[in-house]
Amino acid sequence: MRRLGPLVFEPRLVPSRLAVLGVSLAAVLFALLLASAVFYGYGRNPWQAYAQIGRGLFGTWPSFSEVLRRAIPLILCGVGLTLAFRARFWNIGAEGQLLAGAVAATGVALFLPVPEGWRLPLMFLLGFLAGGVWAVIPALLRVKLAVNDVISTLMLNYVMAYIVEWLVHGPWKGPTMRGFAYTDAFPLSARLSYLPGTRVHWLTLVLGIAAALVVTGLLARTRLGYEVRVVGQSPEAARYAGINFTAVFALVMLLSGGLAGLAGVGEVAGIHWRLRSPGHISMGYGYTAIIVAWLARGSPLTAVLTALLFGLIFAAGDYMKTALGLPFQITGVFNGLVLFCLISFDLLMFWRVRLARKEEAWTGSTGSSAR
Amino acid sequence: MVGPVHAPTPDAHPPLVLLKDITKRFPGVVANDRVTFALHAGEIHALLGENGAGKTTLMNILYGLYRPDSGEIWVKGRRVDIRSPREAIQLGIGMVHQHFKLVLPHTVAENVALGLAGTPFWAPARAIGRKLRELSQRYGLPVDPDRRVWELSAGEQQRVEILKALIRGAEVLILDEPTSVLTPQEAQELFKVLARMKAEGHGIIFISHKLDEVLSVADRITVMRRGRVVGTVLAAETNKAELARMMVGREVVFRLRKGTCRPGEEALLVEDLHARNDRGLWALRGVTFRVCRGEILGIAGVAGNGQRELVEVLTGLRRAERGRIVLLGRDVTNRSPRLLSDLGCAHVPEERIRMGIVPALSVEENLVLKRHHRPPFCWRGLLRPKAVRAFAQKAVEDYAIMTPSLRTPAKLLSGGNIQRLILARELSGKPAVVIAAHPTYGLDVGATEQIRQLLLRQREEGAAVLLVSEDLEEILELADRIAVMFRGEIMGIVPAGEASLEEIGLMMAGERRLAVRSEGI
Ligand SMILES: Nc1ncnc2c1ncn2[C@@H]1O[C@H](COP(=O)(O)OP(=O)(O)OP(=O)(O)O)[C@@H](O)[C@H]1O
Ligand SMILES: [Mg+2]
Repeated sequence: MRRLGPLVFEPRLVPSRLAVLGVSLAAVLFALLLASAVFYGYGRNPWQAYAQIGRGLFGTWPSFSEVLRRAIPLILCGVGLTLAFRARFWNIGAEGQLLAGAVAATGVALFLPVPEGWRLPLMFLLGFLAGGVWAVIPALLRVKLAVNDVISTLMLNYVMAYIVEWLVHGPWKGPTMRGFAYTDAFPLSARLSYLPGTRVHWLTLVLGIAAALVVTGLLARTRLGYEVRVVGQSPEAARYAGINFTAVFALVMLLSGGLAGLAGVGEVAGIHWRLRSPGHISMGYGYTAIIVAWLARGSPLTAVLTALLFGLIFAAGDYMKTALGLPFQITGVFNGLVLFCLISFDLLMFWRVRLARKEEAWTGSTGSSAR
Repeated sequence: MVGPVHAPTPDAHPPLVLLKDITKRFPGVVANDRVTFALHAGEIHALLGENGAGKTTLMNILYGLYRPDSGEIWVKGRRVDIRSPREAIQLGIGMVHQHFKLVLPHTVAENVALGLAGTPFWAPARAIGRKLRELSQRYGLPVDPDRRVWELSAGEQQRVEILKALIRGAEVLILDEPTSVLTPQEAQELFKVLARMKAEGHGIIFISHKLDEVLSVADRITVMRRGRVVGTVLAAETNKAELARMMVGREVVFRLRKGTCRPGEEALLVEDLHARNDRGLWALRGVTFRVCRGEILGIAGVAGNGQRELVEVLTGLRRAERGRIVLLGRDVTNRSPRLLSDLGCAHVPEERIRMGIVPALSVEENLVLKRHHRPPFCWRGLLRPKAVRAFAQKAVEDYAIMTPSLRTPAKLLSGGNIQRLILARELSGKPAVVIAAHPTYGLDVGATEQIRQLLLRQREEGAAVLLVSEDLEEILELADRIAVMFRGEIMGIVPAGEASLEEIGLMMAGERRLAVRSEGI
């Protein structure tokens, strides 16, 4: 317990759900407050800008649907990452796994001679596998060779980004695309349909929400989920209990990377209809998903909510670019500020703050004495 | 830190510490129920009670880690409100926890300087070194300030903890089960230190489950049961039987019912086993023995002579570099822990909290660890919560695990109840071989008696039991044959009936038993 001015801080061991929610909201609001400086910097009144963004995003269904569209890849990647984080496997590689899924989907869409009706299911299936296999590599590296998972997953992001770069400049460069570094456009049978009047490729959204439910069930009710929790919370006990680390990490990363791969399929089949440079396909969804999963504290269902929050920030960034003429990079600033505030406010969840009573000493060294 | 040197006269001086009507509730339990407890200067006051009686909770309240729901704390005649360990330290209260809280890669001096008010920012350890030496001289606590903590034995680490408290000016020292990590010799040294501190007017609260120890060290003894104080007695006026009765609420048999040993077929055979320790040095150099169904083989020896490595190799947690292990006629050398456990080899590990349980998982989930992947708990990869619950319910009843509910995280159980949970899990699967490392350390007399009885029942039901313990009394009481380890080798194996304490003592010191070869293994 500490005293600071008129306030007293008391530790609490387990934060209540209400405290978590309240503190998170307060942190986001505080981040918005800090971000208003950016608007000043561009010579705009922040309050008007916020009001305008609010009206712009929530005003009509098509504009609000952009929040959903942006949230889709974040949900899929974020849910996958909660699973990995529960096993204490630090998967920083969702970005690369997403790109791997996009590459596989493009391969199926453009180069695999399959019946029309099979094309999309096969794109999702191979996209999942590609993302999964790309993620299993660091799992095996860690178990067999003790390679640090943070570093290996991060490095593989760059490797995959260069592979995509190479493909769109080289072998897969579309002959009909003249000078652009694009592949050819997907045939119609390889494109996802939208909710009417929007760009929400609903099939991927449904997959994302289903994934959150499945992973929740998996963690609570299956043998794998149980082993994930044991491995994540006490590796010593997991060894003692004879749990196979290789199998657990490989499966977890197959699923985690696979979900990111699905997100990649959704982006190329739903939005771009072609493979193009990595920065265009992902805009850092895989990295933002780390924050999404971290904020969700290992709960896949909460990750859906936090993904929506960051979908909102992305959509607001789009709106600011088109309507207010601000650079899109502002979303990066926003993400940073939100993350920063949430981490700093995190402390508050474990401390109860109240007004000090009169007799409470400043340092609390002597305590209140009677007699 | 001046106090009366002579025996305290409670009327003339207010007690050093007075806890009055302390109540503390946790979800599902009243850990302390209107507890009143007084400690005088110059006294060693022992706190005794079953596992989960609320001793640690009461001390955590005094040390500012928990706040009582109601009740008063008085220190030297003043009513105080202790809201953090820092405030407790300022009031002259120091605590040595059961699990030490030292920073392992740092030196002793650095650890002591950590968080100490008035130490210079630069080179704090140097400033503290002199004071440290002076204190360790005065109380007979030899430590080298420049050694790194991970190099120290448990006993030495404990000395550092005590010095940490003393250098902060502790007049009241709380020791929570200090002797459970010590060898008997180290315990004797600790008692000498406590006697010196007592003579200087410190007050000491001493928690232990070992009745002999409490009777010889303490001046007064307070017994708790289920959160309440049963009574406070003078050590000079009581005896083991009375204390046990107060603690458990019934008579405790100190003599176990032990049937004659009828060894059956060979269950575990170990031949010429070699293994290295964590630092890559040889910890086992050619260990050979066998355990048959229906018998208990006790492994005696001073800690650190390879017992830990032996258990780890036998349970698949450490590689055997040479030699072989045969379990039920099958060569299982260097096979996985899961295979061994599936074959019926139960393991009661030495490191309970770190290895034996998953602290954040619930009691019921912990009870099926190791069997979670087999029917009836798992079917086609899905867990069966009903089966888990039913099994857990029965285990909690059969093994008298005190827990608020099956869903309580295992880390919230008291130390003794955590051990019961582990035993319940390991013994309920009708194991063929039981490997138990220090199964009763830290347990109250009642639980110790029950657990020893459980091990004997395993033997009667035809399990082969390997019992590793530093408690010679326990080994003599339970084992049918006794093997003594010294520097990674077995010095000899003697039938319990023929074992003399002298002979075992000599072997523990490295004297090889001559008959060992001719008698076989
Ligand atoms: N933080 C906590 N939350 C909930 N229950 C707790 C907590 N700490 C202790 N308990 C419960 O309070 C009771 C008393 O526990 P305590 O640790 O004080 O026992 P103890 O007398 O020290 O036992 P042991 O000899 O086994 O160490 C137990 O039933 C325990 O499960
Ligand atoms: Mg305790």
